[in-house]
Amino acid sequence: MNAKLYDKLIFEHSAPGRKGFSLPRNTYSHHIGEIASLCRDRVDDLPEVDEPTVVRHYTNMSNNNFGVDTGFYPLGSCTMKYNPKINEELAAGVKGLHPAQPASTVQGALEIYRRLELALCEIGGMAEFTLNPFAGAHGELTGLLVIRAYHASRDDFGRKTVIVPDSAHGTNPASAAVAGFNIVEVKSLPDGTVDIDDLASKLDDSVAAMMMTNPNTVGMFEKNIPAIAEMVHKAGALLYYDGANLNPMLGIARPGDMGFDVMHINLHKTFSTPHGGGGPGAGPVGVRAGLEKFLPTPRVIKKDDGSLYVERFNDSSFGSISAWLGNFTVYIKALAYILSLGRDALSMAGQLATLNANYIMHSLDDLYKLPIPGPCKHEFVFDGLKDKSTGVTTLNVAKRLLDFGFHAPTIYFPLLFHESLMIEPTETESRETLDRFIEVMREIAREAAEAPDKVKEAPHDTPVRHPDDTEAALHPILTWKQLCDKPTAS
Amino acid sequence: MSIHRYFPHSDADISAMLDRCGHKSLDELYSDVAPELRLRKPYDLPEEMSETEVRRYFENLFSQNRRMVCFAGGGFYDHYTPAVIDAIISRSEFLTAYTPYQPEISQGTLQYIFEYQSMMASLTGLDVSNASMYDGATATAEAMLMAVSASRKKKRVLISATVNPAVARVVSTYARYHGVALEVIPDHDGETLRSELEAMLGAGDVAGVIAAYPNYYGIVEDYSGWADLCHSHKALFILNCRASALGILKSPGSLSADIACGDAQSLGMPLNYGGPGLGFLCTTNALVRKMPGRIVGRTTDAEGRRVFVLTLQAREQHIRREKATSNICSNQGLMALHTVVYLSLMGNEGLRQVNDLGYGGLRLLAEKLEATGKMKLKYPDRPFIDEAVFEIADGLNADTILEAAAKEGILAGIKLDERELLVAVTEMQSPADIERYANLIASLKKS
Amino acid sequence: MSNIYYLPTHEYARVEGNVAYIGISEFAAKSLGNVVYVDMPEDGDDVVKGEDFGAVESVKAASDLFSPVSGAVVEINEHLIDNPRLLNEDPMANWIIKVEMTDPSELESLLSPEDYEKLCASEQH
Repeated sequence: MNAKLYDKLIFEHSAPGRKGFSLPRNTYSHHIGEIASLCRDRVDDLPEVDEPTVVRHYTNMSNNNFGVDTGFYPLGSCTMKYNPKINEELAAGVKGLHPAQPASTVQGALEIYRRLELALCEIGGMAEFTLNPFAGAHGELTGLLVIRAYHASRDDFGRKTVIVPDSAHGTNPASAAVAGFNIVEVKSLPDGTVDIDDLASKLDDSVAAMMMTNPNTVGMFEKNIPAIAEMVHKAGALLYYDGANLNPMLGIARPGDMGFDVMHINLHKTFSTPHGGGGPGAGPVGVRAGLEKFLPTPRVIKKDDGSLYVERFNDSSFGSISAWLGNFTVYIKALAYILSLGRDALSMAGQLATLNANYIMHSLDDLYKLPIPGPCKHEFVFDGLKDKSTGVTTLNVAKRLLDFGFHAPTIYFPLLFHESLMIEPTETESRETLDRFIEVMREIAREAAEAPDKVKEAPHDTPVRHPDDTEAALHPILTWKQLCDKPTAS
Repeated sequence: MSIHRYFPHSDADISAMLDRCGHKSLDELYSDVAPELRLRKPYDLPEEMSETEVRRYFENLFSQNRRMVCFAGGGFYDHYTPAVIDAIISRSEFLTAYTPYQPEISQGTLQYIFEYQSMMASLTGLDVSNASMYDGATATAEAMLMAVSASRKKKRVLISATVNPAVARVVSTYARYHGVALEVIPDHDGETLRSELEAMLGAGDVAGVIAAYPNYYGIVEDYSGWADLCHSHKALFILNCRASALGILKSPGSLSADIACGDAQSLGMPLNYGGPGLGFLCTTNALVRKMPGRIVGRTTDAEGRRVFVLTLQAREQHIRREKATSNICSNQGLMALHTVVYLSLMGNEGLRQVNDLGYGGLRLLAEKLEATGKMKLKYPDRPFIDEAVFEIADGLNADTILEAAAKEGILAGIKLDERELLVAVTEMQSPADIERYANLIASLKKS
Repeated sequence: MSNIYYLPTHEYARVEGNVAYIGISEFAAKSLGNVVYVDMPEDGDDVVKGEDFGAVESVKAASDLFSPVSGAVVEINEHLIDNPRLLNEDPMANWIIKVEMTDPSELESLLSPEDYEKLCASEQH
């Protein structure tokens, strides 16, 4: 990473008369001038730059960034594991395939879709998957629409509520709202698991589904899951599994066997596909037997002769959530990951992630407040420093970590604690890395006691320090044009 | 013994680490998972493969695909991807980063999103853009939800019959479950019926109107006056656009549209068998707080430097939960980088030339096909750029043509019905390819 | 008898004749932190007692605004568009909307300043 900020924007490299493109010679006799009345003069504000300048600009810009390949990225709930390089190479294999090609010319692509779907069924304990959803939240929406279609198919139209734990990811209630549901929160017990009595009081025939992640967002396994599943099913509702925390369960237990009816998996978490600074990801959705027909179209279907085709419509399906088959290249990467690991190593991934998390937890719980004692699964939450007298907050600790070359953990989530610091190390981090992280966290705790201002004023050594969030929101400047119109912040 | 090359743990590491945690075995860390929940047998999955084996496995699958000379569009277009783009987006500083939550060490991502927002705003002629959505269809569905939310109480949204049906299906799915009444404005002769629109708006309660630009048939409909009409009924005017065409067409902003959305795949992204592309959504300053998705803004840091941060986050799901403008969290981040590198290289002039090549190519193809007496433009008097509907003469049908062309390695278009093909031409199809297409049609025998 | 009434969700209605000035309490303004945006309805919009009519946003939080009374919005406080921080400076002087009440008897079910203060005291724990 840069020690010093590379602060240029591409527009600042622009000069009239430069170009960075090369196109075939135009020998046609008809030209776009024939429809001039529909055309604009030009697109203002696009840069004019040459190819070497473009390459140097974005290469310098990349040096302002921190990724998994740069260093340890213990961002809780995000499963920042190593992204294998072979997967990227293989993903280029479908670059030239148009999604409307006849099935006979894309059998290999459809086979990739089908094989990943089958592998996810095996890992999730589900009957069938759709890979189409573009991301985890999109998978949640898809799963909830399956649930709506299921209730509607039984003429049960009164189920308008979705129950989510108060520790849930923010996407759970947001997805339920987009799917047209009301949201009811169920309380957590002091150990972070679902309060069964509170749940019982909220379950009735207005409830369509309950959404859970297991292990939950504090990294604890919901031991009562069989009882919860029974209660939810008895009320006529379905149980939804938010797959954001699936990683520690690899090789241990399957959501389908825990009693979940519908689930999504974040391929960009558990199955190692890169996060790309925010995407593209994929959020495949699996369903138990009996719910397959509600899955969205388009769907990949196997014919009797063994060949595959894409079904565009289906009366029983709830509808479509993508124009085509979703972020296809992500499927190649996820399947390559499953094959590279194979059955046995895949089954070790979760256990090693869990070992790494427990190792950090045990090495720091004398200095950081551990509200819920372990063993944890793949992640755990500290409620800030143990010694609250220093005034050093979780935000300060997170920013100080940046000075030492680590990405910060997830902070102020879950909402159960005031000073949540959520650490997820993943299985691809070595003991030496964890030891160094532990040493730094201890050092920060020592600084907090001895020189608290040093922590409170952190970061010190990053290319940017203390950006003013309030100014950004108060007077939004969101484009180059707006920036030029208002050269200085007021 | 190491377990796998992706895992740094040796046996010695594992036992030392277990020791520190006070556990005897890895299994003990799962003592809270009841035995009846535990996996009963190992996964029914293949054994570990070496890198060579994995590569062979996929090469075998890829060999069952066929790269064709692509005259199909319908939302995904075969444009050239400059080599520079792959070199940049595969840099792991970009590729392996998460959403830029820590601005101090994420300026790279934040800077390119700011550039992306700037360029998309320029292209659409609107004030602001978000940091990207999933695809063109979901972006249009989000635009519909945005219109409903901005209107506060209204529940009707109108969508033109000329919108791509794959997009309309997704919009209609979102609408149905969200309690929005989505109604189709009929079309005639390839264009939306304005008289119908007026009548439907007149019935009241309309939050938004969605039209396509160019439309599904490749036709550039004249939307002048539409925005005023919508606004006089307090409805938002939403244009579902093909991004590359905005390099030449009057901007949605100049047509007073409130929201421009669609897929930016046409900005040089590979076909990728349908994904990833990139959904974009741009709007006016007035509606910025109703806009879904992440937004990057400029600010200053402690040393007064110009820096960028995620902003207006109070609209988002991690803060507002069920009251958020959308549930979107992950987007298509890296494809936004793909877009800025493409637009940096192409600039205004490159986009014009791409559109000009598609236009000239499609005109040439139309002339040559018409000369065969077997295919001709269905809407010859309507304006189009690089995609159009062709009618098939008696004695031939879409399936025969598609099959015969596939044998020659040509994807002849998208079948609309037995007698119609939707055909697109870009800079990727050479005059010789166009010649081959026409010759192939000429050679077909009518039954 | 005070002319100020509160909802438990921290909105106040300051009543003058048939008109209610609606805003957020000092307690709410403090707990929100720096206000960066106020989402307001338009003149002429109807508001309903207990239903949301807008929101106030700080950098890292947002809070819906619920109306203590029903009626029509006759004016919005346009100063808040350019300077939302006025809400932090003096939330009582800087009302958010002005409403022509349709049913002044709705005021009876609202909290008095004394009861509201007690509520705030209990929320601080």
